Amino acid sequence: MSNFTVSLSPHVRDEDSTRRIMLRVCLALAPAAVFGVVVFGWRALLVLALSVAAAVCTEWLTQKCLKRPVTISDCSALVTGLLLGLTLPPHAPWYVPVCGSVFAILIAKQVFGGLGGNFVNPALAGRAFLLACWPVQMTSWPAPAFVDAISSATPLADPAFAGSTNALLNAVLGLIPGTIGETCKIALLLGGAYLLLRRVIDWRIPVAYLGSLLLLSYAFGGDGLLAVCTGGVILGAFFMATDYVTSPVTPYGKLLYGLGCGLITFAIRRWGAYPEGVTYAILLMNVASPLIDRACRPHKYGEVKEHA
Amino acid sequence: MPQLSFRGGIHPLHKTHHGKGLTNKLPIRDAAPPRQVTIPMSQHIGAPCAPCVQVGDHVYLGQKIGEVRGFVSAPIHSSVSGTVLSVGPHLVAGGATPVCVTIENDMQDTWDPAIQPADPDTLDRDALVKRVLEGGIVGMGGATFPAHVKLSPPKDKTIDFLLLNGAECEPYLSADHRLMVENAPEILKGVAILQKILNASQCVIGVESNKPDAFDILTKAAEGTNVQVRMMAVKYPQGSEKQLIQALTGRQVPSGKLPMDAGCVVVNVSSAFAVYEAVCLGRPLVSRVVSVTGEGVNSPANLRVRLGDSVSSLLAQCGGLTDGVERLVSGGPMMGVALMTDDVPVTKGMSGVLALQTKQLGDRTQTACIRCGRCLRGCPIHLLPFELCNDVEAGDWERAEHHGALDCIECGSCTYVCPAKREITSSIRIAKRQILASRKK
Repeated sequence: MSNFTVSLSPHVRDEDSTRRIMLRVCLALAPAAVFGVVVFGWRALLVLALSVAAAVCTEWLTQKCLKRPVTISDCSALVTGLLLGLTLPPHAPWYVPVCGSVFAILIAKQVFGGLGGNFVNPALAGRAFLLACWPVQMTSWPAPAFVDAISSATPLADPAFAGSTNALLNAVLGLIPGTIGETCKIALLLGGAYLLLRRVIDWRIPVAYLGSLLLLSYAFGGDGLLAVCTGGVILGAFFMATDYVTSPVTPYGKLLYGLGCGLITFAIRRWGAYPEGVTYAILLMNVASPLIDRACRPHKYGEVKEHA
Repeated sequence: MPQLSFRGGIHPLHKTHHGKGLTNKLPIRDAAPPRQVTIPMSQHIGAPCAPCVQVGDHVYLGQKIGEVRGFVSAPIHSSVSGTVLSVGPHLVAGGATPVCVTIENDMQDTWDPAIQPADPDTLDRDALVKRVLEGGIVGMGGATFPAHVKLSPPKDKTIDFLLLNGAECEPYLSADHRLMVENAPEILKGVAILQKILNASQCVIGVESNKPDAFDILTKAAEGTNVQVRMMAVKYPQGSEKQLIQALTGRQVPSGKLPMDAGCVVVNVSSAFAVYEAVCLGRPLVSRVVSVTGEGVNSPANLRVRLGDSVSSLLAQCGGLTDGVERLVSGGPMMGVALMTDDVPVTKGMSGVLALQTKQLGDRTQTACIRCGRCLRGCPIHLLPFELCNDVEAGDWERAEHHGALDCIECGSCTYVCPAKREITSSIRIAKRQILASRKK
């Protein structure tokens, strides 16, 4: 009787897999996505569907063409497509989400070896690409449902908005113009809390990011809370900056990285030509991640002196 | 009471309470006397013993049958009385084939007449250490380091702490747990002997909080002594020597050094029990408690087993295996050794025999590392395991050494938690081997 298999220890494995983690991220994004579709209508749904479909199809096609194993079942392309879609204007024409997803998966991810090999967040790289290609389409904002005022600019660029009485409340509830997924802070925080509770993400990056932006805004005489609750900061802090592959793994590294994201976001918003800086802040910190990790290596057990 | 612990670590199989429930309420029972035993001459870290009996010899229970050949070694004794049938190689857990002495049991259990009880109070330190050495005692948590070596630190080392390891952090196993519940007074007698030998100023027994019964019984038994019993958090690998030291003393063992370099000696509670038997009763280590457990065993049990009895006979006494058993393990699921066959003898370090079905082994389809950082959070040595894994894939042994590969204790935490199912621990094992091989050149 020797039908036993052998291998080196350990002989048991945790149930969690990459696929499960990705599906949890999708679940966490669901409230924001549903809210976006409800307030912005069927065109928002179309944008999301196109970006997801294009991302998954591009991953499948590239891997088929390159004769690599097809890994769409790990759901990472699904997450990329969904994230990209949520950062697009609700009425973006069809080619915007499609081209963005193709760029995200093909250029930002597969060219660098696929999942785990990319050095910038694919969804944000796709968004940056779209901002360069179609600046007008990428910055025209329809008003959400339940809101009378028609606004064509993001609240970040509109001084009248910041001065209005219910500005903060509307920003938290999501009754402001913006991309499909970034407006409703309650939905995003719900998803973020779920990811934190399930320990999918670590608290350090979002806390350092949001905290530093909040404090910097106050320090320079702005409204910190409003700064955090407008634009894509919350979506970025919980769902983009925390992307495993492109953010530091070391505990202090995560804090430093979050701090850097906050700093650059603030700098772009205050002194830059763009009203919003989340995309570029995170992309720049993505690139700095390996350096940060190298500087923040934890001390290993046993780096102590002998007892006499 | 605050629960002590270390930084890092994981909670393997937490949904099934670490699999402990299968056996942790079952009293230890004696296994049936085997018809014959096959006793390996190497059941410890260090030089194998030389057999000192020949085919046809009659041996007593407890008679020495393997003589040490070096300082780091421990003698081997017969676990039955009877006749030597053969002396020759036999497969043991781990795949080696050391020389083994096979003895036919005469079922008389005639103890070696040379065995004499002793009062430890009348013996000096050297005499106590000698009795521990003659008892063939090794670290019974699985490391099997000869106990007398630990108890003979160089003159320039002061030992501040004697630490008793009652963590038993490996999932499924309950051998130490049951021994603590059922034999606390004997364990404390063993502890007193160890204290006298080491002259340590403090003595602490660490028990994980999932064994409250053992904690209470030991606390009661330790009343009036200077032995402290401390509750530790349930976390793997709490019972690893380095992590136990960190939890109980706050100290760290310097990288590449021994516990005594942190002023500590760690002894397993089962070994302390064996010290009591060897010193007070004069009986050498000829049996141990083995948890025969896992979902693949029909009726799991904690058995007191004679060394050299075969794993197949233990399984038969526990109702045999269920259908679909894919993996048989000597030890626990995290650090145990997979067995190719159940025809291997029980040895001093075998704390459990674990049978796992395919579904408990879990999905092992490997995917790309996503740098989720779980391996890093779980690593009790605070290494970056995924990075070491990459070093190995690149064949860069120097980098792996620079990244601390040699500090890895191979606890398997990184591999357990990895969502990409990467064989991180195995990769680091390869790196350690390569680094050590290149040093020898």
